[in-house]
Formats: sequence, C-alpha cells, structure tokens
Amino acid sequence: MAVTSILLCGVGGQGAILISRILTEGLCESGYDVKQCEDHGMAQRGGSVTTQVRFGDKVYGPVFGQGQADIMIALEKMEAVRCAGFLKPDGIAIINDYRQDSSLTASGLAEYPEGCVESMQEQFKTVVVKAEEIAKSLGNAKCMNVVLFGAASEYIGAGDIDWEEVVSKVVPEKHRELNIAAFKAGREAAR
Amino acid sequence: MKHLMSGNEAIARGIYEAGIKVASAYPGTPSTEILENAVEYKDDVYCEWAPNEKVALEVAYGASIAGSRSICTMKLVGVNVAADPMFTSAYNGVTGGFIIVSADDPGFHSSQNEQDNRNYARHAKIAMVEPADSQECKDFVKYACEISEMFDTPVLFRTTTRINHSKSLVEFGEREERQAPGYVKNARKFVCVPANARGNHYKVEKRQTELAKWGETCPLNKIEMNGTKIGVVSAGVSYQYAKEVFPEDTSFLKLGLTYPLPIELIRDFASKVDKLYVIEELDPFMENEIRAAGIECIGKELTGLCEELNPQLVGERVLGKEFPRKKASVEPVGRPPALCPGCPHRGFFYTLAGKKDVIVSGDIGCYGLGSSAPLECIDCVVCMGGSFTMGHGMSKSFMMEGVKDKKIFAVLGDSTFFHNGMPGAAEIIFNKGKLVPVILDNSITAMTGHQDNPSTGFTLQGDITYSVKIEAVMQALGYEEIIIVDPQDLAAMNKACDDAIDFLEKGVAVCIITRRPCVLLKRAKIEKALCKVDTDKCKSCRRCLKVGCPAVAFRDGKAYIDSNQCVGCTVCAQACPFGAIEKEVR
Repeated sequence: MAVTSILLCGVGGQGAILISRILTEGLCESGYDVKQCEDHGMAQRGGSVTTQVRFGDKVYGPVFGQGQADIMIALEKMEAVRCAGFLKPDGIAIINDYRQDSSLTASGLAEYPEGCVESMQEQFKTVVVKAEEIAKSLGNAKCMNVVLFGAASEYIGAGDIDWEEVVSKVVPEKHRELNIAAFKAGREAAR
Repeated sequence: MKHLMSGNEAIARGIYEAGIKVASAYPGTPSTEILENAVEYKDDVYCEWAPNEKVALEVAYGASIAGSRSICTMKLVGVNVAADPMFTSAYNGVTGGFIIVSADDPGFHSSQNEQDNRNYARHAKIAMVEPADSQECKDFVKYACEISEMFDTPVLFRTTTRINHSKSLVEFGEREERQAPGYVKNARKFVCVPANARGNHYKVEKRQTELAKWGETCPLNKIEMNGTKIGVVSAGVSYQYAKEVFPEDTSFLKLGLTYPLPIELIRDFASKVDKLYVIEELDPFMENEIRAAGIECIGKELTGLCEELNPQLVGERVLGKEFPRKKASVEPVGRPPALCPGCPHRGFFYTLAGKKDVIVSGDIGCYGLGSSAPLECIDCVVCMGGSFTMGHGMSKSFMMEGVKDKKIFAVLGDSTFFHNGMPGAAEIIFNKGKLVPVILDNSITAMTGHQDNPSTGFTLQGDITYSVKIEAVMQALGYEEIIIVDPQDLAAMNKACDDAIDFLEKGVAVCIITRRPCVLLKRAKIEKALCKVDTDKCKSCRRCLKVGCPAVAFRDGKAYIDSNQCVGCTVCAQACPFGAIEKEVR
C-alpha cells in the first residue's frame, strides 16, 4: 500500500496533537507502519502549528513537503489557506469553519482575510465543518478538535478501523463522554 | 510488540537499557523530552535538571570518572555553553561510557541559530553517532556507551528536530545490568595540568586513527546495494528523505558513525556506482571530507546550506522531480507566536512599551516574545543570560559616547537567571553598570514546557528541595534596592519602573523582580475568569489592542474578546481608559 500523508494544521493550543495521537493509535493497532512529527517549543505559543502523520506498508520520511499531503485536517480556516501548498492537487481538505485571530489581526496591524473557506473550495475537494458551533452545543468549545476528527475519520481510508473505539481509548476518562459525543457529531456532520 | 515513540522517548528508553546510571540536562527544544521520559526509570537512572548545560555536562562527566555510564542532553546552542569541559574531557577520556546529546534544529523550529554541531565532533576529536529513526535512537545509546568505553572517548550523540520529535516504531530490549568498576584514583588521566594534557593529546590523535579504522567495519555503517548507477551516502533523517525519493535501484551507504568518517568504506562504495550523491542537511560536513579524499560526489550544489530538508526538497533539488500543488487565492496573514493570554510578562512589556527612551536588552525564553508586534519592546536578544551583560555593555558605550537620555532595562527569567544570568548580575555590580536588571520570575522554565529550576522547590525526580531565593542572591551580590512587583498590576508595575529609573539616576544599584506564576502552570492553580466588553462604554480607541493579547481583537468597530482564549487576567481592562472591559467569574 502506498503511503498516505495527513497534515494537521491549526493554532498552538487547539489540540492538533490529540488528533494525531488518536490517528496514530488506531493506525498502529491496525498494523500499519506509522510515522508522526509534531511542533514543540516556541512554535506552540499561539503560532501556526502543524503535525504530520504518515502510514502505509513502509514509511521513510517522518515529514513530507509541499504537494505531498493526501488529506488536510485544518482546525482553523486561515491555517488551511496557509498550508494549501502541502496538499496534492487531488487531495482533500477537512476544514473547521472557525476564525482565531493572530496577534497581528487581533491588534489591528493586519486584516483577517475574507473568503478563506471559499478559496479552498475553489481549488480542492473540501469538507467544511462548523466544529466550534457543534462543540459549543455539546457544552465545551475545546472539543472542536475531536468534532473535526469525527468528520475527517470518514476520509482517512485505512480500512475498517473503529475510530470511536480508538477515541474512547485515547482520551482521559473524565472527558470520555464529551469526546465520544464530539466524535459522533463531527462524523454525522460530514456524512 | 512495537511501541510508537518519539526519538526523545526512545533515547530515554535507550538510557535505561544501556545501564546508564546518571543523566543530567538543561531543558532546551528539541532535547527536553529525553530527561522528562528518562525520569520514568528513576529507580535505575538518577535524573536531574542542571542550572545550565555546562553544569549538566560536568555532572555527567564526573559520574563517568567515578565509573558509571552517564549522559547529558542539550539543544544545539547548549553545546556552546558546555564546550569548555567537553573539549578537555575529550583529552582526559572516560571511565564509564559518557554521552553528550546535541539536539540540533535545522529549520529554526525553536532556536536562535542553525549551527551544525557535527562540526563539534571534528573540532573536539570525539566519536559521533547519528540515529535515523526512533529505533536507532534507542539502540545507538548502548552502542555509544560501548564506543565510549572501547576508545576512551566522550561520544557526541547528534540528533535533529525531526529525529527528536518524530515518532516511529521501536522494539524494546533488555536492560544491561552494569556495575561500575571500583573507583581508582587516576590523576595522571583526569587532572588536565599541561604535563598530563600534553601526553593526552598524543593519546587523542592515536585514538582518532584507531576509531577511524574501526569505523570502516563497524555495525553502525551499512551498505544497501541495489544497483550500480546511483549511490547515496547519507545519515540521520536525510537518509529517510533520500530513501523515499531516489529510484528503487539506488544503492545506499547509511552511516551511523559519522565521525570519524569511514573514508575507505566510502571510497569502496563510490567505486561500485556510476554517480555518488551525498545527502545531508546544513553544512557539507561529510561532503568536504569525501571530496578532500579525492572521491567525486554531488551534494551541496543541489541540496543547499540553509534550513532543513524533506522528501519534496530532496526530490526537486537533487532529482528534478515535480510535486504539483495549488495555492488558495486568499493571502494568509502571519501568525507569529505570541505571549499567551494571561501571560504575566504582558503587564511588564506593556508598561515598558509606553515609556520613552527605554532600551530593553532581552534574553532567551518566552519573554523573547515581548519583541512581537504590537509590544515590540525588545532591542536585542542573543543567548541565555546575555541580556544583563549586553545591557551593561550598552551602558558603558553610552557613558563613553556621552549618551544621557537612554534608560536601559535588561530582562531575563528565573531559569535563565540561574543558567547564566548570575555572572551578569555580578558584573553590573562589580563594574557599576547603569541599567536596571529585571528578573521576570514566573516560577518555572516556561518556554520548554515547564521544567523545574533552582528556585521552584522541586527536583526532576519530583522531590521537594531547597528553593533558592532570587532576591537573596541579588541582595548578596550587593543590590541595594530590590523591587518585587506583580506584573499583572499595571499601576504597581508602572511605579516599579519609574522608581527604578529614579534610583538609577541617584546611583543606587537597583533591580526589579516581577513575580507571578506562568498562567499555564498547573501547580499554581490559577483560577480562570473571563473579561467582557461593554460595547456601550467602548469608544473604539483601540488602546486594549496595544497589550498584544491574542484573545483581544477588534470586530464590528468595537473591542472584542475571544471567550475561547481569555483567562480573565484583566490587563486589557486595566489598559482601557473608559472602563469598558470587566471581569466575570467563569
């Protein structure tokens, strides 16, 4: 099986690392060769962050470059635009229709761009999810990462992994119920 | 069963399996998680945070002299700090296996420069190993201990961010139970007075030759013959990138021991292929030596000297492959890292940003983000502890040049104070510098993800310990006025800065300690609240935006606070001249 490359992108603190932990747990259990790479240190402090996950029969590079991603999971819509170049032209983008200001747009030094989601739709096969709204309706905006993962789980193409089971295994017990609900709601939204 | 582990987790496992008994480090991205994970084996491996990398190296080296296998870990620039003892330990040699981990950072993920520390192995004349995935991270720790003991040398264990922070599958092994030989004094070997060191230099040169010879057949260097057209010499993560993009009939010489280079092995490999590529990040470390040996190869003219590689870059630059991609029509705005919402440093930088003729000499840590827009408060940053001393140098320049209107503040954090700030604090007193040293004490080493330091009261192994009082140190050094202030109280912070400037003008040695725990520090149990904008009271003056908080923005002509990010620190509320922002308890 050829290598599948997944790019997770968003803002430091949004929880891309939890998604990648769920992904890698499920993929490893299923016997794939898996590599994953994430940002640490200065990059985490409210800046753009990416995490990469790759799986297949044999994976070499723990990271990939431009034009190599099959799937993008974007936790923030401007970050989707920023990382567009990583996607293969026929790749798919799962985008959280959610705006988080950067220090530049928040302080009025630059305008947050209009039409982020639309500009991705023009170029790529996209799935747009209002993950923040869904997460809030479940009682906690923080679980928008798992909502988005629920939507993305429909497109990973790793056979019949029971992702709900994996989510349940990876998240801490006290947040399990919320995260399972978030996962299901996201999956429904993508169907 | 295989485990999905980061390189750092795997090195930690390797420390355990290799029977290492003492591990010391100063945290620094991308090396930090090695000891954070090694401490899980604290019953078998003593683990500690040292105040700086030089201390960490000396502690590990002392343990080696005493007989134990030992390791110290640090980021690339940490090796500069530790270079002094490293170079002489190379002359003295070891008793127990002694490893120095240098975690390099091609691509500047979280570092101030991109130095290629492979050059240190050549400069210090010590053996170097470079793992290419997590399995090798674990396995090479044991190899490195054996090489160290076999050849009486420190071993530089060189990784890069993509090795430290990428995860791949690892198979565990058994722990090697190793009892140190009984301690025997050997002053001839370990006392580096010239009479001894002279002899040790001859020993080093002889060792180099023997090590190079051993490297020609050692199990860390592997040939994979797949064809005779193209051959690739590579090591570390670059090997993985090359494996991914070169054609299937490419042969590889994958090096695990990269200093000294096995030149005859490379020559033999080169003779079996039509065309030889050397694929490496940053400096032409291998390439230059291969060329100098008269072996033709292709390398840096294609791969480039700056930033990290990846499969796409190797494919495009070296093989002319195409990786088609598209761009979205919208242009994204930058998202540089910023001080977190609720960061205690914000009040300090906001206060200084509002003052005239202030120069801020900065340092390495979260407070470096005080340089970001809109605070833009910092004039210079170079290295750990450099703020105090550079500020002192600036004050001496102004004294000599007759500049009188500038007020210099030099800022560093609690961990940086113990790292290398204290000598600078002594320098300012000793040589009467006209500046205000400021210690931004947030009770933790924050940027690297919350490690304890000599002031926090806890050790890496979780034991309660003595907490060194920063104000007591400053008092002992001779500071007459020590102003301790909560930086989140803007009025108090402002007064502290003004008072400090007054003391300075009167020739009184003064310093400021801002004290409030990092907002992310779980131990501090900071109660989260939420600030809200009263849009009727908001006059759209945008003053609140000047605090540079990611949670405070301007939407629909009024101030707007992102409830997902706000923690209710009230710095924006205090900055608002119209009382339009209020705190609510969550």
